[in-house]
Amino acid sequence: MKLNLLLLLFIFFSKFSFAAENTVDPNLIHKNLRCLVCQGQSISDSNSDFAQTIKLVVKDLIDEGKSEDEIYEFMSDKYGDWIVFKPQFNTQNSLLWILPYIALIFGGFFIFSFLKKRQ
Amino acid sequence: MQKIIKIIISFIFLFVISIFYISLTRDTNYNTSSLINKETPEFKIISFNDSNYYTRDDIKNNYTLINFWASWCAPCRIEHPILMKLSQTKNLVILGINFKDKEPQAKTFLSELGNPYDLLAKDKNGKHSVKFGIYGIPESILINKELMIIQKFVGPLSDDDYNNIIKIIE
Repeated sequence: MKLNLLLLLFIFFSKFSFAAENTVDPNLIHKNLRCLVCQGQSISDSNSDFAQTIKLVVKDLIDEGKSEDEIYEFMSDKYGDWIVFKPQFNTQNSLLWILPYIALIFGGFFIFSFLKKRQ
Repeated sequence: MQKIIKIIISFIFLFVISIFYISLTRDTNYNTSSLINKETPEFKIISFNDSNYYTRDDIKNNYTLINFWASWCAPCRIEHPILMKLSQTKNLVILGINFKDKEPQAKTFLSELGNPYDLLAKDKNGKHSVKFGIYGIPESILINKELMIIQKFVGPLSDDDYNNIIKIIE
């Protein structure tokens, strides 16, 4: 009985999480796209003509079944990485992504060796 | 140990200075140069008089200039004489895409200033413009016979742009 209940709960929650993964939130995408004709505004914040057009295109892409990443990729392809507030990892911006981890490792190593020496 | 600390601090200092230098000397104006040398995207755009659709097949085997324009756009009036001159040249098809415009005003614009377009289409809600990386008008895109984007002109076409186009197509 307990096993059946657990199984039922597992199926319910796994289905729920699967559905949540597949839902693309247009507002989230609008917030991560830069309005190219505005001063520091996202597509979500802007009422410009450009922002209105981008919102329409994002809606179409979602209707076509494109994922969030595919939509960012499409926009970057057309307007360059500048349009995405959080750019995808590529060779040009690899340093930006890798450097904090390198700093963390070196910093950690440095602090560790410093403390060890003091002891 | 002291030596290592000094080396690390100087490295961080140099790194920060170089990042500042690169950022401050970089051209911050947005441009769509990333589209150059890429293939023309697939499109299916309705003609201005609603009679048919234009696709990539209609611009094959010739140089094509895709020009996004509107009657409400003042710089489009400035570049119009250049487009009229370009319409006289051989080897070039001009595809005009009327952008977010009202039909009567667009017709008046063309009857007043002349119609340089071999093919005329309309983009009522601007969705097609996104495929071409357009973010404001006028913008023009020069495409070669292999449907590759070879030049992108942001803003009104100038005399220099005219000479540049002529040089490429001849």
